Amino acid sequence: MPSVMLRKREDGKLLFYVAKKDLEETIESLEFDSPDKWGGEVVLGDGSKYFFEILDTPPRIPITLQAKRL
Amino acid sequence: MSAMTKEETEALIQEVLEIYPEKARKDRVKHLAVNDQSLEKSNKCITSNRKSLPGVMTIRGCAYAGSKGVVWGPIKDMIHISHGPVGCGQYSRAGRRNYYVGTTGVNTFGTMNFTSDFQEKVIVFGGDKKLAKAIDEIETLFPLNKGISIQSECPIGLIGDDIEAVAKVKKKEHGKTIVPVRCEGFRGVSQSLGHHIANDAIRDWVLENRDGDESFPITPYDVSVIGDYNIGGDAWASRTLLEEMGLRVVAQWSGDGTIAEIEKTPKVKLNLIHCYRSMNYIARHMEEKYHIPWIEYNFFGPTKIAESLRRIAAHFDQSIIDGAERVIARYEAEYNAVIEKYKPRLQGKRVMLYIGGLRPRHVIGAYEDLGMEVVGTGYEFGHNDDYDRTIKEMGNATLLYDDVTGYEFEEFVKKVQPDLVGSGVKEKYIFQKMGVPFRQMHSWDYSGPYHGYDGFAIFARDMDMTINNPCWKNIKAPWKTDAASEPVKAVA
Repeated sequence: MPSVMLRKREDGKLLFYVAKKDLEETIESLEFDSPDKWGGEVVLGDGSKYFFEILDTPPRIPITLQAKRL
Repeated sequence: MSAMTKEETEALIQEVLEIYPEKARKDRVKHLAVNDQSLEKSNKCITSNRKSLPGVMTIRGCAYAGSKGVVWGPIKDMIHISHGPVGCGQYSRAGRRNYYVGTTGVNTFGTMNFTSDFQEKVIVFGGDKKLAKAIDEIETLFPLNKGISIQSECPIGLIGDDIEAVAKVKKKEHGKTIVPVRCEGFRGVSQSLGHHIANDAIRDWVLENRDGDESFPITPYDVSVIGDYNIGGDAWASRTLLEEMGLRVVAQWSGDGTIAEIEKTPKVKLNLIHCYRSMNYIARHMEEKYHIPWIEYNFFGPTKIAESLRRIAAHFDQSIIDGAERVIARYEAEYNAVIEKYKPRLQGKRVMLYIGGLRPRHVIGAYEDLGMEVVGTGYEFGHNDDYDRTIKEMGNATLLYDDVTGYEFEEFVKKVQPDLVGSGVKEKYIFQKMGVPFRQMHSWDYSGPYHGYDGFAIFARDMDMTINNPCWKNIKAPWKTDAASEPVKAVA
């Protein structure tokens, strides 16, 4: 369960950053991204997949969340 | 020697690795790469931030060096106790040339060395009492200090001292910020982890001190300069440009910086990161907690300065955008004169770099402004996100080397034959004796500043006086040169 810091890049893409792994990747797709449901499976630029707990409202970016590696 | 092709560079790496035993070769080959600009991610070609191999000559430092030497050390109005045996602090004292204003020993303490001087007895019975006493003595002798940081050396972690407890007690007693930093040298693979630990200590013990205190008047143009250590006055040369374009620099982290500036940083509008490697952690934290955006910038060489000034200005209103253009225009004649003077003397010269965690990519632009070409670069303690940022800056088929060993670096220089090598003091005399012009790029070879437009003029002069120095012609003994026999004959 790595701690993941999410932030917006200048071009508006979400960045997925894991400090301990020096992993900084763009998020290519997010399973749920609507005002009432946010989270689920994410696919990163390098093809790896992670899972966020599903939230009722989109979090305020930047934020640190726990993600599960799939 | 003309530019090498990809195959030639690959062959060179193989040739240099030939001498290692099988196991070492397998490990080292992952750290050496041929640059390929088409790659998006560096982890496809290079491995970094891994433990150095036993038996090779690495140039890296330790976590204590990263915390005390780099991040905390330059904060001038705090006293940084090198907690442990005397050597770590004494042999690194005042070595980094972080300039500051103030009266040393009265209200600033940058070049002094404070240590708890561990002896055998202290290792056996524990050092907490000694630390408490040292803090009390500091308070008596240097009452104008604004805070104390306790920089752990290796034994502290090994004997299990509780420096946090001492810090808390003494903080209450003296009413000053006292920060325990767990930066024992054995932690991590290089000084890089020391930077991270130091950033975390600032986050936990200093940054939120003035949360909820609104007495500091803010303006919409407040910025902080993060990761500029004022080597030879670098931060001052950068600061003037930012102030000229209409911004207010609230804090300098940490060259010529104070603890008050650090406490005020959460109130700024934008964090400007120069050294990404050593301070991105705190910038990311401030972005999350205080919603302060951050951007990386580069103040080496006019091309990159102009690019950075415009990028910074884009975060503010029209008056700052105009301000940036005004600054660029104002210095245009000045830097064009520098380029005009030195470019003909430096055109086409080839450079190899091997520096810490930022300059291997940041100075490339400055060399290119002078018509020079960087043919090899590498980081002592960079991570993969640094290499991601480097790939685009470097030309195709150039060499990338991570945590290069003494042997590899020497062989690369022998084969590539650059006109200039830029690295640290440990490499300096090796290459000078080989007859290769050399600049020390950690401390600017006792020169500087190199940041900003003012710094660029000094940078160009220094590179010229190194490369075109007549001494390089006299490296070979006179009777061994081809031309030597001629004048002798004429006399006879």
